[in-house]
Amino acid sequence: MTALLSFKALSKDWFGVPAVSDLTLEVARGSTLGLIGENGAGKSTLMNMVGGVVTPSDGEMSWKGEAYAPRSAADAAVRGIAFIHQELNLFTNLSIAENVFIDSFPKRFGMIDRTRIREDTAALLARLELDHSPETLVAELAPGERQIVEIAKALHREADLIIFDEPTTSLTPRETARLFDVIARLKAEGRTVIYISHILSDVKMLCDEVAVLRDGRLVEAGPAEVFDVGRMIRSMIGRELAGMFPARTAAPQADVVFEAEGLGQPGVLEAVSLNVRAGEVLGLFGLMGSGRSELARVIFGLDPVERGSLRLGGRELAGGPGARIAAGLAFVTENRRDEGLMLDAPVAENMSLVAVRTFGRGPLAVLDRGAHELATERMRGEIGVRAGDIARQPVKALSGGNQQKVVIGKWLMSGPRLFILDEPTRGVDVGAKYEIYALADRLAASGAGILFISSELEELIGMCDRVMVMSRGEVTAEFAAPFDRVKILAAAFREAVA
Amino acid sequence: MKPDAPAGVMPRPEPFPAAVPRQSLGHRATGLLFSDYFVLYLSIAYFLALVPFLPTLANPANLANLLSNMWPLLVVAVGQTFVLTIAGIDLSQGAVAGLSSVFAALLLATAAPVAVLGNAPVWGLFLSENGGLLAGIPGATWLAVAAILALGALIGLANGVAVAVLRMPAFMVTLVTMIAIAAFAIWLTQSNNIRDLPANFVALGKGTLVSLYFGAAEESQVARRALHAFVTWPMIVAITVALAAHVALNRTVFGRYVFAIGMNRNAAEISGVPVRRVIVTVFVISAVCAAIASVLYTARLETGRPTLGAGNFLLDVIGATVIGGTSLFGGKAKIVWTFFGVLFFVLLSNTLNLMNLSAFHIDMVKGGVILTAATLDVMRTRLMRDRAV
Repeated sequence: MTALLSFKALSKDWFGVPAVSDLTLEVARGSTLGLIGENGAGKSTLMNMVGGVVTPSDGEMSWKGEAYAPRSAADAAVRGIAFIHQELNLFTNLSIAENVFIDSFPKRFGMIDRTRIREDTAALLARLELDHSPETLVAELAPGERQIVEIAKALHREADLIIFDEPTTSLTPRETARLFDVIARLKAEGRTVIYISHILSDVKMLCDEVAVLRDGRLVEAGPAEVFDVGRMIRSMIGRELAGMFPARTAAPQADVVFEAEGLGQPGVLEAVSLNVRAGEVLGLFGLMGSGRSELARVIFGLDPVERGSLRLGGRELAGGPGARIAAGLAFVTENRRDEGLMLDAPVAENMSLVAVRTFGRGPLAVLDRGAHELATERMRGEIGVRAGDIARQPVKALSGGNQQKVVIGKWLMSGPRLFILDEPTRGVDVGAKYEIYALADRLAASGAGILFISSELEELIGMCDRVMVMSRGEVTAEFAAPFDRVKILAAAFREAVA
Repeated sequence: MKPDAPAGVMPRPEPFPAAVPRQSLGHRATGLLFSDYFVLYLSIAYFLALVPFLPTLANPANLANLLSNMWPLLVVAVGQTFVLTIAGIDLSQGAVAGLSSVFAALLLATAAPVAVLGNAPVWGLFLSENGGLLAGIPGATWLAVAAILALGALIGLANGVAVAVLRMPAFMVTLVTMIAIAAFAIWLTQSNNIRDLPANFVALGKGTLVSLYFGAAEESQVARRALHAFVTWPMIVAITVALAAHVALNRTVFGRYVFAIGMNRNAAEISGVPVRRVIVTVFVISAVCAAIASVLYTARLETGRPTLGAGNFLLDVIGATVIGGTSLFGGKAKIVWTFFGVLFFVLLSNTLNLMNLSAFHIDMVKGGVILTAATLDVMRTRLMRDRAV
């Protein structure tokens, strides 16, 4: 077999931070390659380079034996590379046929040749066994069916390589089975497939080849037979870390601060129960789409929940964020730019937003500016924000780590009893990470409970007293220190590991 | 950059605007551009540049006229400033002003000609030959003013609930309110104006507290038209409204909430800001401001006029606010900016009138000026960003 697509010493830096480095790999024509790695391992960057969305900083790619340097996504599509993404790129207001032909409507006398697109699409759908009229609007289709339409689009373009990026995250088991059928048929037709997934047993079942990425590098690649799930996981993690985490200063206390019981919301959460003790750091691990962030939003009153109860310090939690903050909740969201900060506002105003009403005096709640300045200055010292004049400097002028400290600081001002930290170290450099861990430790030592949500297993192992694992909206396992990372990952991937 | 800047601070090429050492001309120019008083300086420069060509511009009579045009517009623009701060827009202010004007006349008119208004749907119910509903009742003027403000508040409440609770776009909601209410006001009187408003109401729009006289000191009798109104009731009302708005926006918890929503609604919501309540309040403020301005206009014109807020009303309000420097994208506003924006806009209209330009030319120039202001705002924002990050 010859190589359809190959990478030679391919690298991509983002502002000096390598996302993919020195990667050399060949994808044989007609093969099915499983591409695996933790979040941030470089899978998306690599595929974006193939798709023409990202330009490599170094190295080269070749396609069908020729040098390949796509300038745009359209360029890649024309060459015969198709992507099936998690978020589908379909126009839901158009019909299946229109979607399939969107970039190449056949014309007759200057008008779209509707008969032809209908007939051609019907033939494609029959091949993929999707039992819908070509006239059906995509909006009326289930997620799995939409994916089949994406595949029909790829087939219509006669794509040689079809890349699936986490295709099963939003599918029901039946839809997944059908997708695998279709993939098997694509293989039988001799098309090449790259299959990216966190669900390792699927990778094992579907693929002939497996490539493992970690920190932007290719760890190993080989025929699927030699990879069992345990080896895949070990290969994906494979590193030891020391000295990245501060020692915990206090042990958890006996009394439970926060309790959630039987939280359920169709399609999001399934009977989730957990409790956090005073001074405890409870880790919550899960892959993207496992329901961990959704759980946080439910606890905070941002999203509705159908079943279950929440108690903070023995009292039932209800109402919106305002009421829950008053009860003692704090929520550092995973997206500090969109949900945490007012980027154009000065540091001090960001810090005091949550507790701002405590600075109001009199019936008109006129701000006590002296008290405000005092409190924000004290907080700046407490969390160690490195900034100039915090009353003037906009928070967007701070580094990522300092921005994150401001987000944490604004919650400290309200004196909460349970902190939800959702990916608190995302996009933060190593030094600032350490400071954020130290801050979390200080919070716990002062008696607050912490729910530490992360997709970085290392930091959970480094910081937590217990770790719970979520997958597809359910808590699948709970571990106490000392942690076994293979077992934790296995629970997240829902695999049994011996 | 300070040499001793601690690690972790993003290097920035320049200190922040407030700390700009006024050395070079370039610094001075950008300092001026970022100043709160930029539009005031612009107005003064514009005034001084035109006085040699339009000597009437500096006449006491013209200055008094300029001021009297400024106050009601300021009140409406202050209301609009709140809405723009939360990244909304209120297109219904003009219609609210029109309806309020009719409402005022329906309550207060002391007489009404059946020949003109006999066909109006309100004839007999609200209005008769003996005047409006409250005609002749002691304290009617204050009752009517309270009722008008309540009417404004009600319309603002409807706008606010639609935007905040039903999550409809402010543009759509207030556009619909504008169309419906403007039409309703016209239908009420069949497009006729209602005159004969009582004297103590008219005083709200014309009443003078301090007048200036620029004639010879020894004259024993001074003609009415030689007296130039300086301190008027509208001035006091407008400045009171503006000061209250300034305090509310800059010195209260409510003001911080308004800015927070405008800068990042998601973050505000997660931080416990009562987002919906604040949005509703902001729309109520906007409509009440329109109603207050309507009282001032109606009293000045001595006429209840359903089309009071039609035509260029909205252009003037939004134009003046945006020229002041308030951002259409929310989160960036100051009442002093609006004050200077209104000053500049009124000055502009006034000079264009004095130049004997036609109404069409005036609108074309105004449009151009708003475009320039918007361009300047984009440039300012970009410059500011380049300096900050």
